[in-house]
Amino acid sequence: MAEQHEERIPTVIADELHIVYRVHGAKTGKGSATAALSRILKRGEERGVRKVHAVKGVSFVAYRGEAIGLIGSNGSGKSTLLRAIAGLLPAESGRVYTNGQPSLLGVNAALMNDLTGERNVILGGLAMGMSREQIKERYQGIVDFSGINEKGDFITLPMRTYSSGMAARLRFSIAAAKDHDVLMIDEALATGDRKFQIRSEERIRELRKQAGTVFLVSHSNKSIRDTCDRVLWLERGELRLDGPTEEVLKEYEKFTGK
Amino acid sequence: MSETTHDATVALGTGVSPEEGLTAAGLAARYGLTVSGARPSLAEYVRQLWDRRHFILAFSRAKLTAQYSQAKLGQLWQVATPLLNAAVYFFIFGMILKANRGLDHDVYIPFLVTGVFVFTFTQSSVMAGVRAISGNLGLVRALHFPRASLPISFALQQLQQLLYSMIVLFAVAAAFGSYPDLSWLLIVPVLVLQFLFNTGLALIFARAGSRTPDLAQLMPFVMRTWMYASGVMFSIPIFLADKPQWLANVLQLNPAAIYMDLMRFALIEGYGSENLPDHAWAVAGGWAALIALGGFVYFWKAEERYGRG
Repeated sequence: MAEQHEERIPTVIADELHIVYRVHGAKTGKGSATAALSRILKRGEERGVRKVHAVKGVSFVAYRGEAIGLIGSNGSGKSTLLRAIAGLLPAESGRVYTNGQPSLLGVNAALMNDLTGERNVILGGLAMGMSREQIKERYQGIVDFSGINEKGDFITLPMRTYSSGMAARLRFSIAAAKDHDVLMIDEALATGDRKFQIRSEERIRELRKQAGTVFLVSHSNKSIRDTCDRVLWLERGELRLDGPTEEVLKEYEKFTGK
Repeated sequence: MSETTHDATVALGTGVSPEEGLTAAGLAARYGLTVSGARPSLAEYVRQLWDRRHFILAFSRAKLTAQYSQAKLGQLWQVATPLLNAAVYFFIFGMILKANRGLDHDVYIPFLVTGVFVFTFTQSSVMAGVRAISGNLGLVRALHFPRASLPISFALQQLQQLLYSMIVLFAVAAAFGSYPDLSWLLIVPVLVLQFLFNTGLALIFARAGSRTPDLAQLMPFVMRTWMYASGVMFSIPIFLADKPQWLANVLQLNPAAIYMDLMRFALIEGYGSENLPDHAWAVAGGWAALIALGGFVYFWKAEERYGRG
């Protein structure tokens, strides 16, 4: 197997991965001050903290050149799993091994609505780890791709003045400007108008070619079929199926009653 | 891997690679894969942080600009806010309470304004530090960067805020007869040392605040107590003249008081070295080195745990 015309090189290995969220102040339904006080006074393990076991013992090996779709109903742990692979959420137990630094496609959290689009392009780029020179080089490309300036000079206005579609387009354009070894996309395809969707799907295909491995979380079976050759199906934090797209999707569609 | 049954999953689930019979760790080692999200060594961490210096600076400046972007007067508030602050303190302490006991009026007003600005610098760095991680979980969970970038960036934002306040401070000093001279150059080392100290505090409180967000509610009271104990509005040796000497010494050597006194010494004409405790510069440097280095290491030790809910 290893000596076939192309050796399969693993890029991401998840080994018995468990992720647990701790939620403060959700232990009881009562949110009053006296309830909080009695929780503090009542001695016990981790008072007032509720644990949410989001990912339960997931293991898989992803190889270079693969495009892997993650499917499952809402709250099944897909986004959590992506964050754990990226090393952004600490694992409760188990490990994720990766080749280089996997990155999530998305910079929303780093952008500030009170700043101009122009400054957000620079800030977002820096937040993703691009150098000043790289940003300068790609700045025009990012603005052109977003199409923000098609209807006037909007890039010099604060982002809070943008329509939600415009803001989403700019965010995608910034996020998609960087090359990645292991790229993870969390339902990023459905932004903007039809014209922009086609353009962004094209860009994702390009990124796919550059990236070693791509993970895609989506609720659209169509976009999974278009982009992925392998699918992981998560349900209640457990890995239910792992295999070629068609076979897993067939099972999944049966399960969701479609 | 064309097997799509549960068996394929289960086979992987035992941590064994299907083709090699290697464990996950073995397979990872063979292809040079590393554990995702592991804490880098201290030296590596410093290097990563240095690589992100442009982000740290851009983030702090963006925060500063965003602060007043909805106001009609816009960035003018950067200077107007400290100016109004100084006016309020002048009115209350200078005109009504006359708290200048033992200090000349021309010395007291710049003394007071310097104290307020310098202490506010430390105070707001601590408060920003508490919320640096816990208030930016979205960012921490979405992007990869050394987490120390956040508290450092917030401390830097406060430094830039103080630089705006310094414009007001210079005007106040000049209005009360302290004109620019060579001793004003000492402002630079004082600011550098205080910034290091504040950054260390911000790092310490960023880690503490990420585990215990309640600190955001508690710290204002701690900071206010610290402010009254540090002689922002009064001169410690004069006010505590009839109390035991050690008490005044302890209060004077606390970092907030030291940085305030050194700044006053540098800036104000009639505030000579007789108002400073012994070895003031050494103490100021010691606090800066201790808190900055200690805070950095303390923050780094929990690097892989930030972002957990």
